[in-house]
Amino acid sequence: MRGAAGRSARARLVLTALVATAALVAPFLLGDYQVYQLSVIVVYIVAVLGFDLLTGFTGQVSLGQGAFFALGAYTGVIALTKLHVPYAATPVLAGAVCFVVGTLFGRTVARLEGLYLALATFALAIATPQILKLDALDAWTGGSQGINFGKPASPLPTLLNDDRSLYFLCLAFAFLLYTGAWNLLRGPTGRALVALRDQPVAAATVGIDVAAYRSTAFGVSALYTGVAGALGALVAGFISPDSYTLFLSIQILVGGVIGGITAIGGAIFGGAFIEIVPDLVSKISDAAPWALYGLLLIVCIMVMPGGVAGLARSILHAAEKSRKARPR
Amino acid sequence: MQALLHQIFSGLANGAIYASVALALVMIFKATHEVNFAQGELAMFSTFVASSLINAGWPYWGAFVATLAFSFVVGVVIERVVMRPLQGAPALNTVVVFIGLLVLFNGLASWIFGHTMREFPSPFPPAAWYGSSYLSPHEVGMIGVTLVVLTIVFLFFRFTRLGLAMRAAAENPHSSRLVGINVGWMLALGWGLAGALGAVAGMMAAPIVYLEPNMMSGVILYGFAAALLGGIDNPWGAPLGGFLVGVLENVAGAYLVGSHLKLALALALIIGVLLFKPSGLFGKTTVVRV
Amino acid sequence: MTDVTPATAPLLELREVDASYGATQVLRKVSFTVADGGMVALLGANGAGKTTTLRAICNTFVRTTGEIHFAGARIDRLPTERIAAAGIGHVPDGRGTFKGLTVRENLRLGAYLRRDTRETASDVEKMCAHFPILQKRMEQQAGTLSGGEQQMLAIARALMGRPRLLLLDEPSFGLAPVIVQEIFRILRQINRDERTSILLVEQNVRLALDLVDHVVLLETGRVVASGLPSVITADEAVRRAYLGA
Repeated sequence: MRGAAGRSARARLVLTALVATAALVAPFLLGDYQVYQLSVIVVYIVAVLGFDLLTGFTGQVSLGQGAFFALGAYTGVIALTKLHVPYAATPVLAGAVCFVVGTLFGRTVARLEGLYLALATFALAIATPQILKLDALDAWTGGSQGINFGKPASPLPTLLNDDRSLYFLCLAFAFLLYTGAWNLLRGPTGRALVALRDQPVAAATVGIDVAAYRSTAFGVSALYTGVAGALGALVAGFISPDSYTLFLSIQILVGGVIGGITAIGGAIFGGAFIEIVPDLVSKISDAAPWALYGLLLIVCIMVMPGGVAGLARSILHAAEKSRKARPR
Repeated sequence: MQALLHQIFSGLANGAIYASVALALVMIFKATHEVNFAQGELAMFSTFVASSLINAGWPYWGAFVATLAFSFVVGVVIERVVMRPLQGAPALNTVVVFIGLLVLFNGLASWIFGHTMREFPSPFPPAAWYGSSYLSPHEVGMIGVTLVVLTIVFLFFRFTRLGLAMRAAAENPHSSRLVGINVGWMLALGWGLAGALGAVAGMMAAPIVYLEPNMMSGVILYGFAAALLGGIDNPWGAPLGGFLVGVLENVAGAYLVGSHLKLALALALIIGVLLFKPSGLFGKTTVVRV
Repeated sequence: MTDVTPATAPLLELREVDASYGATQVLRKVSFTVADGGMVALLGANGAGKTTTLRAICNTFVRTTGEIHFAGARIDRLPTERIAAAGIGHVPDGRGTFKGLTVRENLRLGAYLRRDTRETASDVEKMCAHFPILQKRMEQQAGTLSGGEQQMLAIARALMGRPRLLLLDEPSFGLAPVIVQEIFRILRQINRDERTSILLVEQNVRLALDLVDHVVLLETGRVVASGLPSVITADEAVRRAYLGA
């Protein structure tokens, strides 16, 4: 018993160490474009984390994460270009704004049952680009052109070039938010959230304020997504309304479902997946990634609803079992 | 005044499309309490099939009927293969699968038919006698086709043995089985009908919005708004909601929010109805809240 | 038409049937038969498994093992609608009417599997003769009917399918005694005129014993006694323990 638990903890430690080492060393071995791609992966990981926190741990189905991603991106870039906030601080500001807006939105819609929440957020995702193009906001948002501000320059040009410095900025935020999520979910908050998801009525009777938790979860999720949006904008060097369509929300959904929405470790796989796989299959056809996404979503829900993380867990479990069953 | 009338009439024409989409949504919702997020993309795909048939030399109405048949079969197959194994699964799973279908059909359409906008013919010639300064012949045709289709659907459900069995299966699956109805097949037929209705909407919309893989994203949003406004469990209310929303869209677009915010208007409608009148104007069941 | 079943073979036979809801087993090795043309009452305390037995026969809600034979064929693996098609009508507990549909539509659905339109129409008239109130309510939604009226509708709907075997789950529930008397009179008549066999679950033991020619007594999912009503009621211990008299 202790051996099995110890082994799985050790396996997790080794895996963590490997991922951490790779994350720190890889940028020095790769070319600029790959470093840029790596940054995008980290951005997606943060966004998928945000999705997992909401949908995986409170059971609120959101198809509108792209809207908060956009809000984060626009907040960050407007802060950078109009208010001259230092670029490394823009994700913080974006996160804060998204937290407030997310909590308010969550408070408004949190009483809707799963399907209807999905419907409301789906509508939000579809309407987002149009809202961003609004004439009245043109002075701030740049209308349908968006804003091209150029990638921020590295503060330490001798040590790190621009792409690498942005990568480490993303990595720092991702590390903070990841450990934050990990601690949150291990503690009483995590237990309350899971109780809320699995037994909403029972949770209410033992004194958990369901509405407050749900809207806060919405806010925290929006915070993660907003930080990701701001980081994504910095990495790209420009923003435009048409980057934030329904398909961005769907991409985040795919990352969450493939990785496994109830395991934050799955977000790492999910984030990498949605950046790397489309690149690979788009050689077949421009549209191939989307057809593949669709197929994967359906197949994944049918044959491995726990995503890759769930799969890994059950493989580990099976290995433990067979080891125990084997006669000495 | 004349301008307002014009907006109202062409709103009714757009509303005809939303009415078909809304009825398709109701058809599936009544039977399974699921909202088919992929309804729009299925309709778009069907319309591409129609376009290909027409380009291959088929007469318009021949292609129309063949497309309805194709869409019906696609709907049935999806229910049998994809939705059926999911019965009783949590909302998240079905929503994800619907989104999966949406993306799959969007991707397949781009893959097979390409991204470029295509013209789609209208069977109603631009100089036809039934056109006027208020409504173009195609708009009159859209309303006419929709009304004919709605009438057929209602007659089917009201007067045929199969239609009655489908209503029974949607209302009380358990008792339906006890009288010998194969409930699983009734659900599949419902999906088939929804697919065909969506195809009607797609083929009517395509001459206006042009045919391309994302042509239905605005239409589906208004279809949702229509179904919710009219009552997503109400096969009379939802199409009515469609016409209502069509008029609202046009009038508000012209005088209130401008044409650039039409999707945001649909968003506001959807959230507004969900929050303040969740059963819709004519619906019965209230949206369950947590 | 020749009847392939020998005259002595029962119409319905349960052989060592177990039934469970998820992990909870409700029936254990239940065996009994219903003769062709026979009327059997399934008696026992609440929770003894009477309703579950009917559900097991129709293969709804419960998982069963063991064998169930009907009219010479095994039916325990068939889906519910095929069992209905084989000739079993079921008036479930809670009546199971289609509340949003009219009374006429409910009756039409009862005859869903029949293709003989004209005879179906005359059967609707027959039901109205049995239950005159249905005639008055014909175009009303079933949900607007009183409990007793719905019970009558449920029975009429089951009869519309012209079943060879009618399963009834507490047909007297919620009905005024006069109406109950009437329903039991109709059941007797149908059994006599159409040779419809009946398997009855009933709380009103006295009434049930008066109707049937055979009794099966269930206790916590097992058959503890079966036989002629007179034999069952003669047993003092059985009477006190299960029949409340």
